[in-house]
Amino acid sequence: MDDSSIDAAGALADPLRRRLYEYVADSGGEVSRGEAAEALGIRRTLAAHHLDRLEEAGLLEVERRRVNGREGPGAGRPAKLYRRAGHQLSLHLPPREYELAAHVLAEAVERHGAEEAVHAAAREEGRRLGAGSGAGSVEELLRERGYEPEEAGDDVRMRNCPFHTLARAFPPLACGLNLELLRGMLEGLGEDGDRARMAPRTEGCCVAVSKNKIR
Amino acid sequence: MSDPRHHLAQFNVGRLTAPLDDPSMEGFSSQIDAVNQLAEHAPGFVWRLVEEGKEDATGLRPFGDSYLVNYSVWEDVESLWNFTYRTDHLALLRGRRQWFERMDTAHLVLWWFPSDNIPSVEEAGRRLDLLREHGPTPEAFTLRTPFPPPSDLPRPTSVQPSGASTSPNP
Repeated sequence: MDDSSIDAAGALADPLRRRLYEYVADSGGEVSRGEAAEALGIRRTLAAHHLDRLEEAGLLEVERRRVNGREGPGAGRPAKLYRRAGHQLSLHLPPREYELAAHVLAEAVERHGAEEAVHAAAREEGRRLGAGSGAGSVEELLRERGYEPEEAGDDVRMRNCPFHTLARAFPPLACGLNLELLRGMLEGLGEDGDRARMAPRTEGCCVAVSKNKIR
Repeated sequence: MSDPRHHLAQFNVGRLTAPLDDPSMEGFSSQIDAVNQLAEHAPGFVWRLVEEGKEDATGLRPFGDSYLVNYSVWEDVESLWNFTYRTDHLALLRGRRQWFERMDTAHLVLWWFPSDNIPSVEEAGRRLDLLREHGPTPEAFTLRTPFPPPSDLPRPTSVQPSGASTSPNP
């Protein structure tokens, strides 16, 4: 574990800062100081102070851009726009190497050709999670599990891939595992598991869940 | 990491679990055309091997009757990665165990080549042998262990603007 992870976690100890971070993360895109201040009902200078602190901690990334299309002299300084940082923060005390274990296990599964067993185990685990969640809807469960669901046409898409680093290294395995996990969660909620399907895209989760029942 | 002077070759072999026209292969064979179309329209796609007068390369069996070959050329690793893992091609990969036998050795190899001349299938086979023998190297590598195109290595000082070099001169 490195010091930057501890710094980042420390930056979130402040409740206002944590709300700001959650607001930017939930927006799914870029947020200006003014928007953040308005959303939380705080002064702009206070929002700016905390947003910059979150940037220093590596939790947010900043882009400077002129808004309203103003260019040239008199256009003013470019606005700072904040979005959630792409890199992942892990903090385990005492140190735990679950991700390393996941990569080794994934390599072994591929070498052995044991994907079917992974799919079956993931489906069962998903059913347990769904049945035990107490969530009132599919979207609520997805939100609880950190998928960051949002509506997209007839589908629910998920902004966050909970298995991101594993899915970069072992895409068919990790995405297949995730699909079966989600199908199981749907079934655990008494829904049709086939509402979840593989629909890869370059950002976010590769699974889509149709909003309506298929049959 | 795109470089117009170099293209990325992708070659893989798969050992069929049954003849392609066997009913058990339906899930694979029925998707071949669609996935090939998907590849051709994917960003960064350059070329794919096709049997003369046919739509695909499934009739070519240079390494034995039970081995399908798949040979394509891309602008860069990212384009190939995105097509392979972030399109509907992923669903095909997910089902691959039903149609292809598991191999104990590498079955997919990548390498960079000067973009004016696509290497032969024999050369592709040689690259796969290199990978199997030495593991990933700049001459023969994998999607999980990629290497940059040769041009990403430091260039001769003569092509750099004077004073712009940030690396020590050789």
